[in-house]
Amino acid sequence: MEKAIEVKGVRKSYKQVHVLKGVDFEVEKGSIFALLGSNGAGKTTMIRILTTLLKQDDGIVTVGGFDVASKPDHVRQSISLTGQFAAVDEILTGRENLILIAKLRHLKNPRQVADDLLKRFGLTDAADRKASTYSGGMRRRLDIALSLVGQPKIVFLDEPTTGLDPEARIEVWKTVKELSGGGTTIFLTTQYLEEAEQLADRIAILHEGRIIASGTLSELKKLFPQAKVEYVEKQPSLEEIFLAIVGKKEAM
Amino acid sequence: METVKNHFFSDMSVMLGRSMRHIFRSMDTIITVCITPIAMMLLFVYVFGGAIQAGTDNYVNYLLPGILLIAIASGIAYTSYRLFLDKQRGIIERFHTMPIARSAVLWGHVLTSVVSNAISLVVIILVALVMGFRSSAGVLPWLAVAGILLLFTLALTWVAAIAGLTAKSVEGASAFSYPLIFLPFISSAFVPTDSMPKVVRAFAENQPVTSIVEAIRALLSGQPVGNEIWIALAWCLGILIVAYLFAVRAFKRQAA
Repeated sequence: MEKAIEVKGVRKSYKQVHVLKGVDFEVEKGSIFALLGSNGAGKTTMIRILTTLLKQDDGIVTVGGFDVASKPDHVRQSISLTGQFAAVDEILTGRENLILIAKLRHLKNPRQVADDLLKRFGLTDAADRKASTYSGGMRRRLDIALSLVGQPKIVFLDEPTTGLDPEARIEVWKTVKELSGGGTTIFLTTQYLEEAEQLADRIAILHEGRIIASGTLSELKKLFPQAKVEYVEKQPSLEEIFLAIVGKKEAM
Repeated sequence: METVKNHFFSDMSVMLGRSMRHIFRSMDTIITVCITPIAMMLLFVYVFGGAIQAGTDNYVNYLLPGILLIAIASGIAYTSYRLFLDKQRGIIERFHTMPIARSAVLWGHVLTSVVSNAISLVVIILVALVMGFRSSAGVLPWLAVAGILLLFTLALTWVAAIAGLTAKSVEGASAFSYPLIFLPFISSAFVPTDSMPKVVRAFAENQPVTSIVEAIRALLSGQPVGNEIWIALAWCLGILIVAYLFAVRAFKRQAA
């Protein structure tokens, strides 16, 4: 299998704090890869190195076939980043935000690109409203739409569902699955185990600056002690109840 | 191997278009920038002006250059405010991960500052004309005045960029402009420096505002400009270069 991302022996320290202590992993082209870890595990540092925002102290990082440290401009041609906070221009409308990014990616028909993405993300009705009037979920959708302008081959999502309500979270999951179905490689970080379980083809667990386990979900499950059968009454979780009550109103 | 084209000018014009939209959607910023200098001009001309011996028969003529500098000093605070918001909301990071000319982001903000300050200055000059401001200057001296104001705006805008990029809060991002707004008061902008106590006078005569004000005043009244204009240009260029270098360094640090 061809690799979209290769990371070998990456180290990064801020002064005395060693955030990454030799990280290795590979991401296959077209797959969804989840980097799982608690707060402060170094997930954001790793994603900042992969997206050319930060230089590693040591180790080799290749994204889309180019070395991140020596060919950042080439890497930027094939990636996009959706950060932890929705990076949308609040004074511009949703449509203008998309046109802005399309122009900056030097696409031929920015208006058309914007219209298509607005439609795809269910934002056509809100297209000409300022982004500051959007709800959290809409803002996140616009944010992800902005990342897809120009069809980057590798999409980075840094905690894409942190701070979203359950409905918006499921919307984001659906988008990620669709994207992946279209052949895009997706690298996401998350602190929610369920998110990794739902989405990822492969999962790596980052803990105290090292990858302590990685593999498919079933491979990871094998690391767990042999299952023993117990009978437990299944109670619906509050999330399931919440979604059952409100979920039907939008057939998204 | 594919090469990466540099689109500096087209990227910058897209960025400029973006911030100009910001300005025209928040005209209150231009109004805010205009109102204080205009109020000051009214106050000084119609309240204090009668008691001030400035040596010109028309006090508005004396006052206007200083008022224009105050307007610029308050106008550039918005550049640092806008840059700070871009940084805080992750918009600069988004741009940094895209294949665009990096400096275009900064230059877009800087050009926007030039355009919006130019609009405020025109408004203030029009009000001054209504209040009786008259100039015997021809086209060339006016162009020279425009040139000095442009340099002054650019210099202070780069100072504002440093503040916007390094600030930790919105307040911090714009607070730096208060001392700049105050600087014209301790200069020859409102009254001649002769009547000031020795120490204050020494400061007033050797700070940038005095030379810039004197140069503009001489140009507008058709007087010989003398050395003042060179001192004024040296101050503007000096501040511009130093601030530019620090701002670019602060900007690169956002992504390193």
